[in-house]
Amino acid sequence: MFPEILRRLVATIPVMGVVAIAVFALLHVTPGDPAVIIAGDYATSEDIAKIRAKLGLDQPFLTQVGIWLGRIVRGDLGTSIYSGLPVATLIGQRAEATIALTLFAMVISVSVAVPLGVLAAWKKGSLVDRAVMVFAVSGFSMPTFWLGFVLVYIFAVSFHWLPVQGFSPIDRGFWPFLRHLILPAVTLSLVYMALIARMTRASMLGVLNEDYIRTAFAKGLAPRWVLVRHALKNASLPIVTIIGIGFALLIGGAVVTESVFALPGLGRLTVDAIIRRDYPVIQGVILVVSGVYVLINLVVDLLYVVLDPRIKY
Amino acid sequence: MAGVSRRGFLAGAAAAAAAATLGAPRVHAQKKGGTIRFIPHADLKVLDPVATTAYITRNHSYFIYDTLFGTDADLAIKPQMVAKYASSNKGLKWSFTLRDGLKFHDGAAVTAEDAVESLKRWAKKDPLGRLLAAHMAKIAPSDRKTFTLELSQPFGLVLDALGKPSSNVPFIMPARIAAASADEPIKETIGSGPFKFVKDEWQPGNQVVYVKNPDYVPRQEKPSGSTGGKVVNVDRVVWRYIPDHATANAALDAGEVDWWENPPLDFVPKIEANAALTTFVTDPRGTQGWIRPNHKHPPFNNKKARQALLYIVDQPKYLKAAIGVEKYYKPCPALFTCGGPFESAAGAPGKPDLDRARQLVKESGYDGRPVVVLDPSDIALTHGAALVTRELLSQIGFNVDLQAMDWSSVVARRAKKEPPQQGGWNMLFTWWIASDVINPAVHAGISGAGDGAWFGWPESGRIEELKVQWARATDRAKQKQLAEEIQKVAYDEVMYVPFGQWVLPTAHRKAVSGVLQFPAPLFWNVSIA
Repeated sequence: MFPEILRRLVATIPVMGVVAIAVFALLHVTPGDPAVIIAGDYATSEDIAKIRAKLGLDQPFLTQVGIWLGRIVRGDLGTSIYSGLPVATLIGQRAEATIALTLFAMVISVSVAVPLGVLAAWKKGSLVDRAVMVFAVSGFSMPTFWLGFVLVYIFAVSFHWLPVQGFSPIDRGFWPFLRHLILPAVTLSLVYMALIARMTRASMLGVLNEDYIRTAFAKGLAPRWVLVRHALKNASLPIVTIIGIGFALLIGGAVVTESVFALPGLGRLTVDAIIRRDYPVIQGVILVVSGVYVLINLVVDLLYVVLDPRIKY
Repeated sequence: MAGVSRRGFLAGAAAAAAAATLGAPRVHAQKKGGTIRFIPHADLKVLDPVATTAYITRNHSYFIYDTLFGTDADLAIKPQMVAKYASSNKGLKWSFTLRDGLKFHDGAAVTAEDAVESLKRWAKKDPLGRLLAAHMAKIAPSDRKTFTLELSQPFGLVLDALGKPSSNVPFIMPARIAAASADEPIKETIGSGPFKFVKDEWQPGNQVVYVKNPDYVPRQEKPSGSTGGKVVNVDRVVWRYIPDHATANAALDAGEVDWWENPPLDFVPKIEANAALTTFVTDPRGTQGWIRPNHKHPPFNNKKARQALLYIVDQPKYLKAAIGVEKYYKPCPALFTCGGPFESAAGAPGKPDLDRARQLVKESGYDGRPVVVLDPSDIALTHGAALVTRELLSQIGFNVDLQAMDWSSVVARRAKKEPPQQGGWNMLFTWWIASDVINPAVHAGISGAGDGAWFGWPESGRIEELKVQWARATDRAKQKQLAEEIQKVAYDEVMYVPFGQWVLPTAHRKAVSGVLQFPAPLFWNVSIA
């Protein structure tokens, strides 16, 4: 399997290269000019031209791509046009909040959605099944920003149980870290809970009709044992796939949640950079995030082998 | 503050010292220590106060830098880092001596050379600084604490320039840093101001941290605007950038932050209903809204087409759409702002008259080509003004092409001098705080320098001539008369059309006290219970 992992890792390089060039090209056809924004209200055309030259924005497109790719190969993501800080530093400052939010949201989603999906499949057509499906449809339908504000109003503004906004790094204590993450993670997880619960239910329904499940029940095994050990394990491939996709979607979905809860994450960094046309930051973040997407897909593929020994690479 | 004599200054200083003694208990009784958590109006990205005119950079710079002169709440220019100054030879020679005890954050003493180099760098970028430099023969240190400034011709705005309150402010930094090109952003953030910037804790897009500068020696006078004693009562100020207004409001409500710089007016009634919170107008002169036509291209390269705009603008209608809450806005015809020293209605049109406007459009020979109007739809106040204008322009016969875009796109687009069909534009909307339009020297919109003027590029030799006369006038009455004359020409040429003036309150917890009136939020004199 190791050669396969290596091959897949090497294959990520051209994928990320294509993503990087596409993003670079898109940014350069988007209206907006950081030089004009930096130059300010009193700038003359000469001032703006000087700034453009300094930033290299006056170079032909292909030259700019070449210079940027050259830097990337040397491991340099560039520096922010505005703050002058290295893009790697900016990403480093923001990564913890996004990683923590995404992982916590996924832990909540999986721990709630998988048991609910299993239960709904087992009690198919019952009140429990219908209740789970109502919950799933509601989860899909509620806009994240709306749910975020409702939770803030109830738990932060009215009861003062949890903070409205912000992030406390884990090195400042686990409880403050957790308190700041609960509301955003619950908000973000709801959509994925719904998605995973529906997928688990559908996948379990397919497996529960199999002969070996009937046999297991006929042998007198406890239902919990049959559902978890026999049914869920065999139904897990589509669930793992959807969790993998969910991870990728969570990174994108975090943009809204980070804005609502003022979390200093990568989503907000990207949005701020787009608003100001801070090209190196946008390019750097997208490059890193595309790398993470590719790695998540790789991990999902490897999990298939663990879950189903028949699969070989 | 032109025409202040040395004797007058000394008398004023003595009076101010007496006032400071009387007012002292109010200041010294305030609680010391603590942290203020503040939501700024924007994210701090650029640290160089010369490289950008962004208000957020100006606000940041007031923490860490000091100024030679400041502007008080009544717009009077008063010495800040300067202990004494004098002018001689009919105002052509000036001498400035720095106060004792001024130190940069790296421990070095502030010298006259630092002041000279900082002023030189600032004067390369700031319009008023450029004007000062154009009238200057020489600026040089004469000893460690004194520098002289010699003018080649009379210039009535020396102190106004050195005490300029808004962007770009002539902040003083170490000479070795100020020696950098004005086109290169500075790398170090070392000032001699009352707070120190904690660079390690700076997270663009999230947080900025300042701590009290224990070495700062405040003046003895009572604080007013950016003048007087900058006594710091708190240990630390933390800016938390919260871009979502509802989240910012909830954070203030829940006590997670202490002060919100610019709550949108829709949130103000809710804030005012909360017993723990209060609102306060820090800049009573407020902000002025503009409709700026592009003088370079048809139809507004024609004076009659521009004059038609004067007759469509009904300021209350605009203000209602753009601002909404009546107690915060007022119609104002004065181009140099209502409440400023040069307030006047000279040259302003009478009531709106759509028939007259239609007639002027006809007389201009308008050929029906689309009028490209830039609509920054992500900024509520300019978006509201753009929608009202589209309707009115259509009513007087213009074929309007309203193009919605975000503010960053407007900023890039407005710099394009090409015809509207090739990516240019015909009309845009913007706003300026009063300090930036308060007199002809700082007013970006009133310039007839053509390609050298602010976006829209009006050409008027008369305006330029009058502005030079205004800058050289050393008598306030003469300046006022010339400002009126400038305003008349500006209205006749329709440099821009003002759509009113408004103030924006700041909101803070009642535990916060001592907030000063000034265009920028100031944190000295502020305490938290």
